[in-house]
Amino acid sequence: MAKKVAFMQGNEAAAHGALYAGCKFFAGYPITPSTEVAEVMSVELPKVGGKFIQMEDEIGAMAAVIGGALTGQKALTATSGPGLSLKQENIGYACITEVPCVIVNVMRGGPSTGMPTGPSQSDVMCAKWGTHGDHPAICLVPASVQELFEETVRAFNLAEKYRTPVMVMPDEIVGHMRERIVFPEPGELEVIDRAKPTVPPEQYKPYDTQFGDVPPLASFGSDYRFHVTGLNKMADGFPTTKAAVVQAEEERQVRKVEANRADIMKWEEYMVDDAEVVVIAFGSTSRSARFAVNEARKQGIKAGLFRLITFWPFPEERLLEISKKVKAFITPEMNLGMCTGVVKGCIEGNAPVHGIFRVDGEPINPNEILSKMKEVK
Amino acid sequence: MAFDYDKYIRPGKLPHIWCPGCGHGIVMKGLIRAIDALSLEKNNTAIVSGIGCASRLPGYMDCCTLHTAHGRAAAFATGVKMARPEMNVILVGGDGDGTAIGGNHFIHACRRNIDMTYIIMNNNIYGMTGGQFSPCTPTGAKASTTPYGNPDPAFDVAKLAIGAGATFVARGTAYHATQIDKLIVEAIQHKGFSVVEILDDCPTTYGRRNKYRSVIEMMNRLKEVAVPVKAAEKMTPEQLEGKILTGVLHKIEKPEYTAEYAKVIERAQAAK
Repeated sequence: MAKKVAFMQGNEAAAHGALYAGCKFFAGYPITPSTEVAEVMSVELPKVGGKFIQMEDEIGAMAAVIGGALTGQKALTATSGPGLSLKQENIGYACITEVPCVIVNVMRGGPSTGMPTGPSQSDVMCAKWGTHGDHPAICLVPASVQELFEETVRAFNLAEKYRTPVMVMPDEIVGHMRERIVFPEPGELEVIDRAKPTVPPEQYKPYDTQFGDVPPLASFGSDYRFHVTGLNKMADGFPTTKAAVVQAEEERQVRKVEANRADIMKWEEYMVDDAEVVVIAFGSTSRSARFAVNEARKQGIKAGLFRLITFWPFPEERLLEISKKVKAFITPEMNLGMCTGVVKGCIEGNAPVHGIFRVDGEPINPNEILSKMKEVK
Repeated sequence: MAFDYDKYIRPGKLPHIWCPGCGHGIVMKGLIRAIDALSLEKNNTAIVSGIGCASRLPGYMDCCTLHTAHGRAAAFATGVKMARPEMNVILVGGDGDGTAIGGNHFIHACRRNIDMTYIIMNNNIYGMTGGQFSPCTPTGAKASTTPYGNPDPAFDVAKLAIGAGATFVARGTAYHATQIDKLIVEAIQHKGFSVVEILDDCPTTYGRRNKYRSVIEMMNRLKEVAVPVKAAEKMTPEQLEGKILTGVLHKIEKPEYTAEYAKVIERAQAAK
């Protein structure tokens, strides 16, 4: 049988990706340009017996997502810029309590209300540093409708596997563009469910490190009773201020992601092998960059593209390696240098990094990148 | 035979953090007796709180317990109940947590009429942060941030809940301990969002600043101001001056949220 093919918007694809991954709970608050995710979920979830709830605000939406996830369901919310700011307190709560959930944040201009329908890539730092305290961060930055579907599935997998919130962050262009999408058949993409406890209920501890850095998570309403708190906690979930325990727990929570960077990180290299100029880009900007690389090659410039698919964890090691062989990097991005700064931080000064920054709501076009290539080659 | 509270208390989690004379322990005992009277299954009962002294209650209870962020208990609980409507969901917290930072979640939980019970322990103050005034602190009262007397008007929690759409609203006091059990039992049995406001006292951060010389004096004040709704019907406005009504203040039937959503699922599946 032929596969189901559709012409679909990015945001709609994110919702369908969530459904493919087994999402059964959505709580959200309307905000442009992410609303289509909520709208599709409101249509589709009840069909599969899932629940959709529009909460009173972004904070409540994130809280409800965590509550829903604690009952064992895969839970999603969708938001954009100011909504992401409001959600941060409870994203931190999901980090410290280690409750899996997925946040689709469609990036618009900021700070504050910024440019509600203008594209932007300026939330990538918010994804890592938005909530206070030390915590892990996983952030995926897809560049096409197809990839937004697939990366949303992977976001649920990573959330379940590592017991942590995961962010999917298309820029507004990727969120709102319409493209051909080929739906994977059930079973074609991997779908991971969280590990459930196997110990008897009386022995269960929600943060028991004898099961590794990612202990199994029971569900509220099952045979297991346990305590969940946003306070620093012991293995049994109860609060502690004991210095050694707090230190070890905080380190474990970050380590469970950092030690698995290789499993989580994803990028694409396009003509990088012999490249003298490498463009590092993500989201819609990477599509302009690919066009620019093709044009440059036609004109005899040895250009390549390094496309980020995960923004966090950031592929520092690979970029350091590449930096030893190239003359220059170009980092076009719809912000004032967030990615550029991270690149500079990891390549140890091996090559100059030339940023192209736009925050005016206009996409970065291939010519801007091509001109920069000619300038720096 | 003495009531066996141990069945509902987590071994090793006592003593609690509450100060001598605090009313929260009385409320917890009332909640335990209510859970026992209704034979609620511990595995199927979630107790959810935000931040503050009262919000530490779930940690002592041997149920599915969730101690969340400041003011957000109602929103977390809504997620739990929505995802698993067969669970009994009980919220506990203080007046600051529930009506200030949590005010928005509180009124919307009332509006939805989602089948949960919210026990608000109203001690008129922020206890855990050291006695700053709350939306329930009486006008003129002293708090650590109202050293010249509180200029703010106070919320009436019960009226707020009724106005926002809660379908069961009751009020009790920590002095009237046996009434607490009855009110909580009736609130949990009610199909819809039920609110039980329990006036209790904070001798440490409220009484001390407001000339209540002892816990006994504070408790006696609760005894004196409380008037059962039935008795109030026969009293004149003059007699009711300065009094606070207790008992079941509001009880109506309205569609319950998770039941309504079950119908949404039916309609969606029929249309598929």
